[in-house]
Amino acid sequence: MGSCIHTGKKIRVCLKTEKGLWVMKHIAIGIFGAATLGLMASAASAGTLDTVKAKGFIQCGVSTGLAGFSAPDDKGDWQGIDADFCRAVAAAVFGDGSKVKFTPLSAKERFTALQSGEVDILSRNTTWTINRDTALGLNFVGTTYYDGQGFMINAKKLPGVNSALQLSGAAVCVQSGTTTELNLADYFKANKMEYNPVVFEKLEEVNAAYDAGRCDVYTTDQSGLYGIRLTLGSPADHVVLPEIISKEPLGPAVRQGDDQWYHIVKWTYFALLDAEELGVTKANVDEMKNSPSPEIKRVLGQEADTKIGTDLGVSNDWVVNIVKAVGNYGEMFDRNVGSGSPLKIARGINALWTKGGLQYAPPIR
Amino acid sequence: MASQEILREEPSGSFVNDPKIRSLFFQTLVVVLLFGSVWWIVQNVIDNLQRLHIASGFGFLKGRAGFDISDTPIAYTSDSTYGRAIIVGLINTIIVAVAGIITATIIGFVIGVGRLSQNWLIRKICTVYVEIFRNIPPLLVIFFWYSGVLAVLPAPRDSFHLPFGSYLNQRGFYFPRTVWGEGSWLMLVAFVVALAMAWFVAHKARQRQMATGQQFPVFWTSVALIVGLPLLAFVLGGMPLTFDFPKQSTFNLTGGFQIKPEFLSLYLALSCYTAAFIAEIVRAGIRGVSKGQTEAAAALGLRSSPILRLVVVPQAMRIVIPPMTSQYLNLTKNSSLAIAIGYPDLTATAGTVLNQTGQAVEGVLIMMIAYLILSLVTSAVMNVVNARMALVER
Repeated sequence: MGSCIHTGKKIRVCLKTEKGLWVMKHIAIGIFGAATLGLMASAASAGTLDTVKAKGFIQCGVSTGLAGFSAPDDKGDWQGIDADFCRAVAAAVFGDGSKVKFTPLSAKERFTALQSGEVDILSRNTTWTINRDTALGLNFVGTTYYDGQGFMINAKKLPGVNSALQLSGAAVCVQSGTTTELNLADYFKANKMEYNPVVFEKLEEVNAAYDAGRCDVYTTDQSGLYGIRLTLGSPADHVVLPEIISKEPLGPAVRQGDDQWYHIVKWTYFALLDAEELGVTKANVDEMKNSPSPEIKRVLGQEADTKIGTDLGVSNDWVVNIVKAVGNYGEMFDRNVGSGSPLKIARGINALWTKGGLQYAPPIR
Repeated sequence: MASQEILREEPSGSFVNDPKIRSLFFQTLVVVLLFGSVWWIVQNVIDNLQRLHIASGFGFLKGRAGFDISDTPIAYTSDSTYGRAIIVGLINTIIVAVAGIITATIIGFVIGVGRLSQNWLIRKICTVYVEIFRNIPPLLVIFFWYSGVLAVLPAPRDSFHLPFGSYLNQRGFYFPRTVWGEGSWLMLVAFVVALAMAWFVAHKARQRQMATGQQFPVFWTSVALIVGLPLLAFVLGGMPLTFDFPKQSTFNLTGGFQIKPEFLSLYLALSCYTAAFIAEIVRAGIRGVSKGQTEAAAALGLRSSPILRLVVVPQAMRIVIPPMTSQYLNLTKNSSLAIAIGYPDLTATAGTVLNQTGQAVEGVLIMMIAYLILSLVTSAVMNVVNARMALVER
């Protein structure tokens, strides 16, 4: 290492061996890091469906643990609406919902993981925004859960606070790199209130800080607040304030540039909704194959010489496989976040359009 | 003579065996391969980013950040740019690194000297300190301070009341902020004048000692000057100083000056952790000065304090400074662990920017260059210090 900088009359600043090596090492890491991104991206470009079929499973990016959406149960199996969505795609592709491997990702890691090809689907309570669809090179397939951002406080410590507009001066816990972080800044600015951001990278760290009293307020998607409340020391002490300050359409996303894979994932979501609309459930799917209704027969791939499934790139009984694996959308919702779960979230705007909600799927025909 | 002449002769056989041409060939080959692969990698990244429709370039730095940062040493709001957010993070990193380096050096010297103490208890306490902190990963030390010490403090409503209107609670350490009124510039002037006078006294005292051998109490004179003159200016200026005391409000204490627990725990953890290594370096440095030096100085009639100050420490510093540079670099780089407890350092803010814009390659590049520059500057400063301290050979 002979590189020397001459500073002034007689002082020579030299990169001695040790520091020189350190510099070299960091440059090397940088180069290899950039190279990996480049290489991984090129590996991922060859048709995702073929890659997935060749390796025999779908790599699914989920959260690091959010009850109801994606969290490991006591046996280590991932449960939740986001995890089940990946199982549904696996059922459509392989006819077997268990052919999924899950990658827990922090909010900060998620997009890079999808962009670089580390995961095939990002199904991780992620808000669909224009920036993510364009500048980040992603394609959101739909909204599996319509959510909005809310606030949770400890009512025992802060009696008398019953509106988010009373929160001026509070310390607010939030996860970094989320739309939540941006909405929070906008909301307090718009209402001319001040706050003290307490920002962590990982959900568990935010939970721990809120539980320990480092901050007064927890803000994230309302569904998330209900899920997190269950994991706190004494859930009954905490209340979710009524204000919803944003639209948070949560849904799965795939990489841009692979239309076939995008269609498979998108139509898996629509198939889940159409199955619910037609009354096809996990329990009755086999009988429904023989239903007199031509629509049900068509959706379940029982029409003679049907090409709906094969045109998509999967088998013709793909909808049957999906419903057998995870049930229809309504069953998935109830089991994970609705009445059949500890969260007990009402269907609300997540009901089908036929029942006054927003969930609507184009026809399978 | 004979052998040199033989070497100068042209080697027989083809130029393939000419060591000069061979070495030139291989050096050129390595350079071409290196630049070729770098070019290929850069090109590959650019191609892939374009193919995947991911935005690239550094234009995003001018965009509106939209998120808030908890510790902002310079003016920053959610309307500021992404570039400014990264600078805020960089300044936070520098603040914690500089504070940590100063504290770690002080603790390290005390512990290092303590390990060589004649007193059994002091020696053992210092040994235990070194063994504990040197053998625990820095991240755990940070968690120890954050979750183990600061998180168990009382809530803002039941803060510990400390002297001088200070408070300590789980949201941090609050103390009154000094608000300088008119006429306080006089104190600043007095302080600068005092510094200059102290330097002059030291200079004159040295000259007198060289000439006559008589000593002058330079240290106490300097202290009196540096404390006394600004104090005099303060009284003369009509005591232009008020305090902004922290007060209880609905959620937190407001007013005053707040040091957040994230900064405190990172700063304490980095200081304690690095101090353990510095203590060992200091001990090695002092041990490295041979006993004969002390004995020779004593034989000349010096007392123990001048022996330490004039003979042992200057020689020990020569051994101590180079490895100290590595510790300072380590401390600066370890400060990136701040992300685990949510202190908005460079890694945290640049990471958030990276995630909000999705421009991972550029974000990581900015972080690497920033840390590289920080480390090179630290090295350069320490090399200057080292050059001053190094043995002047004749």
